[in-house]
Amino acid sequence: MLGWLDHLILVPVLLPLLAGAVLIPINETHHRLKFAINAMSVLGLLVTALVLVQLTDGGHWSEDIGVYLAANWLAPFGIVLLVDRLAAMMLLLAAVIATATLLYSMVRWSRIGVHFHSLFQFLLMGVNGAFLTHDLFNLFVFFEVMLAASYGLLLHGYNVNRIRAGLQYIAVNLVASLVFLIGVALIYAATGTLNMSDLAARVATLGAEDLALLKIGMAVLVIAFLVKGAMWPLGFWLPTAYASASPPVAAMLVLMTKVGVYVIMRVWLLVFSDGGGEATGFGREFLLWGGLATVAFGAVGMLASQEQGRLAGYAAIVSSGTLLAVVGYGQASLITAGLFYLLSSTLAVAAFMLLIELVDRVRSPAAAMLAVTMEAFEFEENPAQPVGKGIPAALAFLGLSFAASTLIIAGLPPLSGFVAKFGLFHALLHPQAGGAVAAPAWTFMALVLVSGLIAIIAMMRFGVRTFWASGAVAPPRLQFMEAAPVTLLLFLCVALTVQAGPIFGFLERTSADLHQRAQYVDRVLSSPAVSAGAGEAER
Amino acid sequence: MNLVIALAIGVLFGSGIWLVLRPRTFQVIIGLLLMSYAVNLFIFIMGRLMVDRPPLTLGDGLPDPTALTDPLPQALVLTAIVIGFATTALYLVMMIGSRGVTGTDHVDGRESEE
Repeated sequence: MLGWLDHLILVPVLLPLLAGAVLIPINETHHRLKFAINAMSVLGLLVTALVLVQLTDGGHWSEDIGVYLAANWLAPFGIVLLVDRLAAMMLLLAAVIATATLLYSMVRWSRIGVHFHSLFQFLLMGVNGAFLTHDLFNLFVFFEVMLAASYGLLLHGYNVNRIRAGLQYIAVNLVASLVFLIGVALIYAATGTLNMSDLAARVATLGAEDLALLKIGMAVLVIAFLVKGAMWPLGFWLPTAYASASPPVAAMLVLMTKVGVYVIMRVWLLVFSDGGGEATGFGREFLLWGGLATVAFGAVGMLASQEQGRLAGYAAIVSSGTLLAVVGYGQASLITAGLFYLLSSTLAVAAFMLLIELVDRVRSPAAAMLAVTMEAFEFEENPAQPVGKGIPAALAFLGLSFAASTLIIAGLPPLSGFVAKFGLFHALLHPQAGGAVAAPAWTFMALVLVSGLIAIIAMMRFGVRTFWASGAVAPPRLQFMEAAPVTLLLFLCVALTVQAGPIFGFLERTSADLHQRAQYVDRVLSSPAVSAGAGEAER
Repeated sequence: MNLVIALAIGVLFGSGIWLVLRPRTFQVIIGLLLMSYAVNLFIFIMGRLMVDRPPLTLGDGLPDPTALTDPLPQALVLTAIVIGFATTALYLVMMIGSRGVTGTDHVDGRESEE
């Protein structure tokens, strides 16, 4: 029987859909109302995500996996939404970043174009849907929802740079979507199912021919995910797109990169983990070395970039490369540390994205003003300039936040980036099977260390140029609402550091879950439909 | 028939890839369209090629599976067509916007130096 708590699984998809739809007809002049509706929805998502984390970690569902049969169709036939610890954690991360981004956009950025709030909600719907769905074709649909919204958001505040980056971003992603479809079609042809758990159940018993077809299908499919996750050499679109997007949008894009990594983690650990017969471990080497190449590429890119937006883009590439290598390495304890790294690096890079524009005001206040007026031509009413009280000690705030995000991105003590890297190294140095540390592990550690060093060089170069060497530094005017989201994200990183013990405990359970394929198969395929009789009785 | 379909998909996809790599936005969008046709056909035949078999029956009693074709790829291809159509339309809007703002139909937003 479905309790109301089970229906909560659907809320992260439905709520943004409804809020986004309600926001469309409201005129842009009522921006306070629009902001309020958006904020209500985002807060709702935050609460839902918190409750879902509680439920999945609190033994509410058997095996801690919540299954929702859409339209009451039984598992392999209908679409299944599934929430486990990983999905709930990602929902929470998405909601937190959305909250920060939304607060940040209130003062100015949401007003430089039309339909920011609706697109923001649809983007959240796509992201949440991709986290929750357990069906490959449905995943495609949510990816498209997410991408369509992101195309609109990338163009938000229409200027030449954004159009140029947008054209390339859209073309790359359209091709990636077509590749996605080919992969899905091949998988269906080979196995006759699109449900991830059903796929995991069938993979062990497939004949040699079908298995080859499935592997080809998976290989094609993963290209589409890797384009989103920006693995080298598929991630060239990313720095340009990030650098040209408006800051709140760029922060949301950081989240979108993680969707690609999340999906790879989910599908790979479910279908190709131990017990998959001949298919066990398929493609792991490729993910590992591809991820390491991505880290190297991102690090070189960071060193070479002259613009802060591009620097942040390459930081996102490094983080996603590390995560891909973690998935490819195929060790449960490493996944735990990798998930911690995911939380910490996503929060830090998002905070850095928001910070960039504030720091830019120090560099050249006049140019920043000009840029804002240029942004505004799409919309008849000029956006309100930051008026009212600025926060005191703005420069100190900027310097401190900059230093904090640098420390996290580079992985230096005492903040959460260090804890994450320490966790990674600890897992790499203690192989589960026992025995010596393998060569890939040494390469992995060397690359992570070098990329950390490069990150600190690149970011300190900006810090020195901006805060110390730029001549007359005028303390910029910062609104409280602009400073608060950055503080929130960085504060959460501090909280991650302080509460590292309990969080690692949660992540260990998450990673242990992910390696129990039988558990997923059992829960998904045997979850009963609500019988017609029970429905009648309820009425 | 298998060969004809396979060749058709191959030709469509190949032409699509070539066009997508061209420098003009119009060529890119035509390339994307051709590729999406190829992909739609591809999904469609993944339910195997069958002649004279409907995907559904409306009669009473249990249907005979051997008299039916696989309905799922047909449902998938419908969804894929709709989504592909919408995103291509969106690209078209971008293309016109880019032409208007940059004054050129080059994908980089400026003519390459010869």
